[in-house]
Amino acid sequence: MAAAQQPEAAVRTTNGPSDTDTASKRWKYAHTLLSRPGAYTDEDFEPGAIPIGNIAQSHVLVIGAGGLGCEILKNLALSGFKKIDVIDMDTIDVSNLNRQFLFREKDVGRPKAEVAAEFVMKRVPGCMITPFVGKIQDKDEEYYMQFQIVICGLDSIEARRWINATLVGMVDMDNPDSLKPLVDGGTEGFKGQSRVVFPTMTSCIECQLDMHAPRAAVPLCTLATIPRQPQHCIEWAHIIKWEEERKDTALDTDDPEHITWLYQKALSRAKDFNISGVTYSMTQGVVKNIIPAIASTNAVIAASCCNEAFKIATSSAPFLGNPGQNNYMLYTGDSGIYTYTFEHQKKDDCPVCGNLPKDMTLNAEQTLGELVESFAERPESQLKKPNLRTEEKTLYYSTPMGLEEATRPNLEKKLSEMLADGEEFAVSDPAFDITFRYVARFS
Amino acid sequence: MATEDIPPPLHDIPTAKEKKYDRQLRLWGASGQIALEETHVLLINNGPGVTGVETLKNLVLPGIGQFTILDPTLVSEADLGVNFFLDDASLGKFRAAETVKLLMELNPTVQGHAISEPLETFIAQEKPFARYNLILAAAPIEPAILATIQRRAQELQIPTFTIHSTGFFSAFSALLPPAFPIVDTHPDSTATTDLRLLLPWPELVQFANEMTAGLEEGKMTAQEKAHIPWVCLILRYLEKWKETHAGKVPETYKEKTEFRSLVRSGDPHEENFDEACAAVLKSLNPPTPSSSVREILSAPETSSLDATSPAFWFIAHAIHLFYTQHKQLPLPGAVPDMKAQSADYIKLQNIYKTKARQDCAEVLESVRKLEKSTGRSPKMAVDEKDVENFCKGAAHIHLVRGRPLQIAGLEEGQPAKFGDRATTMAMELTTPDSLIGLHIAFLAWDEYIATHRSSAKSAGGELPKVPGSGPGDFEADTEKMTGIAHKIVDSLIKEAGTFIEDPEYSEVKENVGKFCMELVRAGGGELHNIASLTGGLVAQEVIKVITRQYIPVDNTCLFDGVASRSQVLRV
Ligand SMILES: [Zn+2]
Repeated sequence: MAAAQQPEAAVRTTNGPSDTDTASKRWKYAHTLLSRPGAYTDEDFEPGAIPIGNIAQSHVLVIGAGGLGCEILKNLALSGFKKIDVIDMDTIDVSNLNRQFLFREKDVGRPKAEVAAEFVMKRVPGCMITPFVGKIQDKDEEYYMQFQIVICGLDSIEARRWINATLVGMVDMDNPDSLKPLVDGGTEGFKGQSRVVFPTMTSCIECQLDMHAPRAAVPLCTLATIPRQPQHCIEWAHIIKWEEERKDTALDTDDPEHITWLYQKALSRAKDFNISGVTYSMTQGVVKNIIPAIASTNAVIAASCCNEAFKIATSSAPFLGNPGQNNYMLYTGDSGIYTYTFEHQKKDDCPVCGNLPKDMTLNAEQTLGELVESFAERPESQLKKPNLRTEEKTLYYSTPMGLEEATRPNLEKKLSEMLADGEEFAVSDPAFDITFRYVARFS
Repeated sequence: MATEDIPPPLHDIPTAKEKKYDRQLRLWGASGQIALEETHVLLINNGPGVTGVETLKNLVLPGIGQFTILDPTLVSEADLGVNFFLDDASLGKFRAAETVKLLMELNPTVQGHAISEPLETFIAQEKPFARYNLILAAAPIEPAILATIQRRAQELQIPTFTIHSTGFFSAFSALLPPAFPIVDTHPDSTATTDLRLLLPWPELVQFANEMTAGLEEGKMTAQEKAHIPWVCLILRYLEKWKETHAGKVPETYKEKTEFRSLVRSGDPHEENFDEACAAVLKSLNPPTPSSSVREILSAPETSSLDATSPAFWFIAHAIHLFYTQHKQLPLPGAVPDMKAQSADYIKLQNIYKTKARQDCAEVLESVRKLEKSTGRSPKMAVDEKDVENFCKGAAHIHLVRGRPLQIAGLEEGQPAKFGDRATTMAMELTTPDSLIGLHIAFLAWDEYIATHRSSAKSAGGELPKVPGSGPGDFEADTEKMTGIAHKIVDSLIKEAGTFIEDPEYSEVKENVGKFCMELVRAGGGELHNIASLTGGLVAQEVIKVITRQYIPVDNTCLFDGVASRSQVLRV
């Protein structure tokens, strides 16, 4: 595997633990295991100095220093990884403290990446962690090229898609070092998943996008005229009422005054319609799109990710993501404990790692506007600001503003006026470096 | 700003505690949190002891009341390379006290205690577990001592978890009371919808008639038609269907698809008709209780109530009476969102809520009668709220029948027995990808420990020797442990009264041998990742048991970190 490269520097050649060496005593457990052959290892696995050296030499990037990120940093440090970078743009909030165990009340307001790196380095001497407070998009290919493994512990699908597309784009067939295994974890309540992508070789995050279909939005007319659920009243306050009454203030979902305002508006609307159940907590949950999160699920998923990274770096056991093998572990812990480990297949029409356009069945009578709107909810695309063009012409551009104005009249037109049956068109979104290629098939 | 017209509902603003625990309160609510905060967990730590400590981390963070670590060992250099809750200054000090100190930093509201007494003397006390609500016991533990722990825990009905974590593999078992019922199982919201469309009651029928009056005669505006709740559409078309089908409702799959076409004929496009069509297959099933619910209703505890029976069985008995009389469980009363005018939807919700309240009142009345007839003290009266919750979730209640732990190495030369589970577990041997082989390898690991002594002494006296722990032990111990494991396999096959032929038999043995080799490879060491993952799993199960919410593992969970998968076996 590309990841199991020989260490550049000379490493200790002792075969197993030696009682005189403190470092060796400290890493006794991991080194004992790495110094012995395994029952499932490849025949060419050489126990001892090579896997032990590889762990110390591998440079790992951790994206996210939240619930998963804190666990990942701890796990990597105690797996013997010594060169780690961590990226996170967020600062610590009090609601992080029930699971993000590297943070204390005194740290609230400080950048997560910095506090997490400091803490782990202090607790595990010899481990070097470099924090970067910012967005992954701030960094370029040269930066990402320095790592051997990238581990993602994010709650944002957008960021995952961006790093996935970047790592796939970096692969240069003539340079094996350009292939960076991407280990990704995600959790929601008692559920989660861990997966490994070998960019261009195995199914990527974009291939798997439809595994995480977005929730259908409530139609605006329901919010505006016929609310039935407490959530409808909250969304009304959030989407309609705020625009009407506080248009000039940018809504800050972390500002208690803003949430209280929305809560009160939602509550009085609920009263008007005899709807019960609007609470402050629900208002916050709906407006911030809060996903329940607990320490135990984060521990399971983060450790699974780091276990894969450990196996990839050392070749001490088969790992997820080896081409042709399982690459995905689904985890469910609310009713008993259940894992489903399988191989997600790479898609030839994946807009990131495939090369074929995807067929899209369309109703010729539909307007272009309806098609444009549908991209936000299509499980395989999930694009909020799509730009559409064919080889010949621009159909519609959401941004920049000038182009939007120029192409807006097209939204009213029927698809049959804009596209020919069998014609290829491309959809992109400025948020990602991804172009979806579709072939129009009129039903 | 136009906020003056509404007084700020200050009492609803979350407290500091609610803010800190917001993400978990959305899962187990205030009642679960209270249960957690009233709990005192004891960790009996052995070996490298990382999994137990990682488990505690995941319990301290969400705010468990108290924890105690019992561990007589001193912190070694090797501990520092694998345990996050120790630092360089801990070296040479008591591991229990040092770990407690660093764990407590995670949450100022949690109380931690350390006991550095050897397990042998601790367990010999009068009532060693009286202060604790839950016990975690990490391997290696001498089988005789584990048997004592089990007996002491059973006397007080304290849930107990035993934990193994070695190299890439881990396992844990739950010792729960013989009857461990759960009301609040948190089923998927799609699974809970129970609208009784096949057995509507008069108020619901009347509402459906009002909502659909004039539908077929075309006397409705398009606006009205598009806002008939789909529940009413289905009820209306069921009446129509019955007219041409001898009063019967659609039963077979074919009839249901025909019925769906009938609904569709009412309108080709409207969203509420779409919703009705989509609901046909799911909502036209007669409400039959699951096998798990039937097991509870017919359980001996349900039928033989006495004055001191737990409230759960009183309610179960009352629900059984309700079911016998009405041939259905109490109505849960929830209505999913559907296209409708606000006022109509609220009316529909109220019709369901009212019926649910009536059903619940009937159950409550039975409960009160049962309390009287059994002579239950009024001080122990069943809480009305519990009856309400039980009625709401009646279709999803769950009962775990706790089993004693399978303890290996209790009698020398006697392989661990599988008892009433032998037949099922013998079948697992030849099930592809089953982790029964890993379970057997851990049994062999325990049996090895029961018969081998370490030359090193510790504060607690002689330590058991763990397979593969010496520098030159790998091959010899792999062979020894595999031999023990193969005996367990043979004994299991014999116990089940079955026979496995070659080549399958050889494959089973090879498979078990591989797990043995991997366990010996680790030499008793824990890999931090597997310890952390297992600590996540165990903490999750502890939380389920303490809060009595969600469904706990029954009874052994195995994790294979090579193949990255888990399996739960009932052994
Ligand atoms: Zn792809």
